Amino acid sequence: MKRVPAVLRGLAFPVALIAIAQIAAMAVRLQSDTLASPAAVLVAGAGAFADGSILVATAQTLANAFGGLALGGIAGLIGGILLGSSIVADRLMEFSVEALRPIPSVALIPVAMLTFGFGFRMEVAIVSFAAFWPVLILTRSAVGGVDAGLLDVARVLRLGPFARTVKIILPAALPRIFVAFRLAAGIALTVAVTVEVSANPLGLGYNMMLAEQSLHPDLMLAYLLWIGIMGWALNLTINGAQRRFFGRSAQARTAP
Amino acid sequence: MEAEPLIAFDRVSVTLGGLPVLTDIDLRIDAGDFVCVVGPSGCGKTTMLRLLGGLLEPTAGEVRYAGKRITEPRADIAVMFQDYGRALLPWRTVAGNVSLALEALDVPKGERPARIAAALATVGLSAKAEKYPNQLSGGMQQRLQIARCLAQEPKVLLMDEPFGALDAMTRQTLQDEVLSIVSASGATVFFVTHDLEEAVYLGNRVIGLLPHPGRVASDVAVALPRPRNQLTTREDPEFARLRRQLFDFIKDAEA
Repeated sequence: MKRVPAVLRGLAFPVALIAIAQIAAMAVRLQSDTLASPAAVLVAGAGAFADGSILVATAQTLANAFGGLALGGIAGLIGGILLGSSIVADRLMEFSVEALRPIPSVALIPVAMLTFGFGFRMEVAIVSFAAFWPVLILTRSAVGGVDAGLLDVARVLRLGPFARTVKIILPAALPRIFVAFRLAAGIALTVAVTVEVSANPLGLGYNMMLAEQSLHPDLMLAYLLWIGIMGWALNLTINGAQRRFFGRSAQARTAP
Repeated sequence: MEAEPLIAFDRVSVTLGGLPVLTDIDLRIDAGDFVCVVGPSGCGKTTMLRLLGGLLEPTAGEVRYAGKRITEPRADIAVMFQDYGRALLPWRTVAGNVSLALEALDVPKGERPARIAAALATVGLSAKAEKYPNQLSGGMQQRLQIARCLAQEPKVLLMDEPFGALDAMTRQTLQDEVLSIVSASGATVFFVTHDLEEAVYLGNRVIGLLPHPGRVASDVAVALPRPRNQLTTREDPEFARLRRQLFDFIKDAEA
């Protein structure tokens, strides 16, 4: 039997599905306010690219997602390092963390809207809240899980708190911190689109809503497809970076 | 009043989690001594080493270095750990790992390369300076730990079963290297091991501990001539006598 490349194998199912959808749409001469044939979706998507609207929306969504990821992620990183390296701080904050963390980030939409109005700031605020928690929790456990042997080395060499954090703890915890950011990046994109779909007149989510409300299912589905591609590309990029930077060392000493 | 020795355990007791680990340890170690500590597991060998390293404070009594109470790690006391896999930074090169000790001592950047090169040359790792620890054999990784200790130019070397995980040949080579490094630097050594022959071969004094709770139960001077030799020293009747004496001691302890 000939070997089929993995990419082709993976594409077999979705391509078949799209082909069936197209054939079915053509067979019933689809005229619908809720569905569109794959070909119509492609045409609508090409149009959105041609007039640049999808590119502007993409830039807005990514700016919100990455802005929120950067703010929330850095805050979570600093908080996680503090909680992970100080038992006192961890005990002190345990209740607050566990009480605030379960708040669904989208429940903050009204609060953020009232505080910031529509626009980038309110969306970035919500995304950063959502991205903050996974980075905080995972960084805390990554830092807390740094091998006691390495901490003994830091002690016998008499490294100060700053040198210990920068030279021992962060490099040792880095592979797991990276996983935290990978998780948070996915959450950031999801929350950004959610905020746009439900409230904020910006970005891919809002454009998708506009298409829906103006009864353009083809354009709506084109946006959906594009959002899916964005998420997939984001994951691929981060996975590639992870493999590149931590390839072998990611396996070493990352297990608790 | 007798002169203060370099290292003194003065009625030291350690209780960890309600369990007595060491009780009433009195021990004096003079400068230049090579003290080996043996004893069945759980007798507090490593705990004594951690007290000396300033990694642990006694529950009662005090541990002094040159007359001063040890309350935290000191730059002139270097520690070499048993588990090299957890004592070296895998993300730093061999040279980078040695550099860590110098960075910790705030040695100016310009002086570091020469001191790193000297430390690596002493342990025969010059050719591996740009490798990473996981590219080295276990024996070489322990050499690297020795180099990192040497870089801080310590007066005292604390070694916690440093060769326990190595094969017999590598172990003998490293034993001889440690002996020559120590005789060249004049450092005082506190060497924990579970290998009685290793203790007799290396030390000029072997301390035997007994467990439950850990206490000093035997203190034997080793009057074998130096430099020691893997063949002639081990064939010396005195070596055999000491090995027998320690063997009986451990057997009684575990009985």
